[in-house]
Amino acid sequence: MHKPRMQLLASFDIASLQYLDESGQTTQALPDFATPDTLVALYRQMTLARMVDDRAVKMQRTGQLGTYPSSLGQEAIGVGVGAAMAKEDIYCPNYRETGALLERGVRIEEIYAIWGGDERGQNYRHAREDLPLSVPIATQMLHGAGVAFALKYKHEQLGEPIRAAVTSGGDGATSKGDFYEAINLAGDWKLPLVVVINNNQWAISLPRSGQTACKTLAQKAIAAGIPSLQVDGNDVIAVYQAVLEALQQAHAGGGPSLIEAVTYRLCDHTTADDASRYQPQEGLKEAWSKEPLRRLRTYLEGLGIWGDAQEEELQRELREILEEAVRVYRQTPRDTPTAIFEHLYETLPEAFIEQYQQLQGDS
Amino acid sequence: MAQITLVEAITQALAFEMQRDPKVIVFGEDVGLNGGVFRATDGLQARFGRERVLDTPLAENMIAGIAVGMATQGLRPVAEFQFMGFIYPALDQILSHAARYRNRTRGRLSCPVVYRAPYGGGIHAPEHHSESTEALFAHIPGLRLVVPSSPARAYGLLLAAIRDPDPVVFLEPKRIYRAVRQEVVDSGEALPLDRAFVLREGSDITLIAWGASLKEALQVAEELATEGIEAEVIDLATLKPLDIHTIIDSLEKTHRCVLIHEAARFCGLGAEVASQINEYAFDLLHAPVQRVTGFDTVMPYFQLEGAYLPGVPRIMTAVREVLEYASGGVA
Repeated sequence: MHKPRMQLLASFDIASLQYLDESGQTTQALPDFATPDTLVALYRQMTLARMVDDRAVKMQRTGQLGTYPSSLGQEAIGVGVGAAMAKEDIYCPNYRETGALLERGVRIEEIYAIWGGDERGQNYRHAREDLPLSVPIATQMLHGAGVAFALKYKHEQLGEPIRAAVTSGGDGATSKGDFYEAINLAGDWKLPLVVVINNNQWAISLPRSGQTACKTLAQKAIAAGIPSLQVDGNDVIAVYQAVLEALQQAHAGGGPSLIEAVTYRLCDHTTADDASRYQPQEGLKEAWSKEPLRRLRTYLEGLGIWGDAQEEELQRELREILEEAVRVYRQTPRDTPTAIFEHLYETLPEAFIEQYQQLQGDS
Repeated sequence: MAQITLVEAITQALAFEMQRDPKVIVFGEDVGLNGGVFRATDGLQARFGRERVLDTPLAENMIAGIAVGMATQGLRPVAEFQFMGFIYPALDQILSHAARYRNRTRGRLSCPVVYRAPYGGGIHAPEHHSESTEALFAHIPGLRLVVPSSPARAYGLLLAAIRDPDPVVFLEPKRIYRAVRQEVVDSGEALPLDRAFVLREGSDITLIAWGASLKEALQVAEELATEGIEAEVIDLATLKPLDIHTIIDSLEKTHRCVLIHEAARFCGLGAEVASQINEYAFDLLHAPVQRVTGFDTVMPYFQLEGAYLPGVPRIMTAVREVLEYASGGVA
């Protein structure tokens, strides 16, 4: 058998970025932003995100909150992404992004309101332009591409300052058309979009290996013609730096990019799930040894700027913030039933006024 | 003044609004250089540039989804789907997001997007090119659903749809894209949404239709007039929200009603209109409301589409039955 000769047309590589390994040791010189003060601030926010999630799960278990998707173990991604974004950039998230929401200025009581069954939670007092949580998988990535188009258009055609959009999704999201359609368009139209994949190894019960034969999720960007990178998603320094560079590229007109942040879901999919049905215990144990908070704390301790005293003080401060948010959440009265009509359209069409009045009369 | 077709009126409305408002963006498959497969966007890219009239990659769900993102940031996206039969991948984005953004954020963000699609049968097209599935959209809370039936109404209603602060699905009856020419003043004046139009006044029976079916409805009214029977013809125009008042006003005169649509009968929009007539105007009726619709079958390939579509003979039969109906012993 004669093997035909072929020409190599293209070849690709996928790079991986890490600064801080699981034992809290640096694997290379840290980037400029990573000053002790900044790292302490990131550690604080990751700790807060974990406390917010932990309290949410406890409230759900005691009937004070609806179904809740914790981001336990994935705090470095949310916080890293949120902290690297400029205030003016626009965030188009999935539903498992506690750390990022807090960074964007979403209030803890707003997060609780959303999962407590109250749309008013998404009427963010800050982060006014950020998109709300998107529950259907990957759909938000197309919104992100549309937002990025609008930001580019307003910059180029209407003279507004350049801004970028950041969208996020999980490993399962990369199996959906919305994901591919979004990165394909973003590449074709050179949109200022950063796509962050929170690869937490699980889409409810399906492990990452069941989603795709691809060796990495980052390589899916190759098919869209956009640059991509895999980062250690438990290393907040790597996440922050990767997002920062991707945003710099987007702001400079260099177009979109994709970041696959590799982590592990240390919790159930949501409070309605029981991961012990499908998650092997040994994998979970190994994942706990790599989780993001401990390694950063170890590093900060090594610098001599962190210890039990600082940790206790931080915990005390954050508990106070959390208790206040819980108090506000619990004390917020239920919305009036007619609110379900009041934002259906800008002005309620006459055809629905009878139903509106009926509900008004019932309540 | 130029006489223009319905599809030219669409182009004219798009051009007027793009000229008036730099936030209006037009995009879809083949809408740029090619001007769309029906030429609805003909010349717009040459006039307004590739930045505002964009050919998208081929993905309907993507077209719907990016429109949501654009609209949340203050743009006025007008997205074209090539045929209604290809709109279904986009349903997720339209139903789950475009129609819900305002409510989900309690008014913080909104989605002023127009989704345009040619729809309906009768042009001898391949499978999936002749659908009338407007009821799918009528069922979605938070949407507006608009169907023009003449060049002037296409112009005025499309302007209104683009300026509307909420999402509008705008279905264009392609069978009458070029059926008639009409003078349309390019004044930028919008027609009201949420209002039906009385196309012909009459006192004996009310014929209710929208889009291309109005052609047959008006033809039936014309024939009836030769017999001295005066039919009132109503163009629903905005299918959601429904203008039941115009229908009730008409029934106060005519007491009899026939509904006509191309879409399948079961859960078709005619069922909703008949139900509302039952709820609000039962006492006015001298005969049960009849529906003349497409059959509850798959839209046939074009050799048999004439048998499927509600033509003049079927409408006339229903009209006669309704006119001749006498309730037990009272006639």
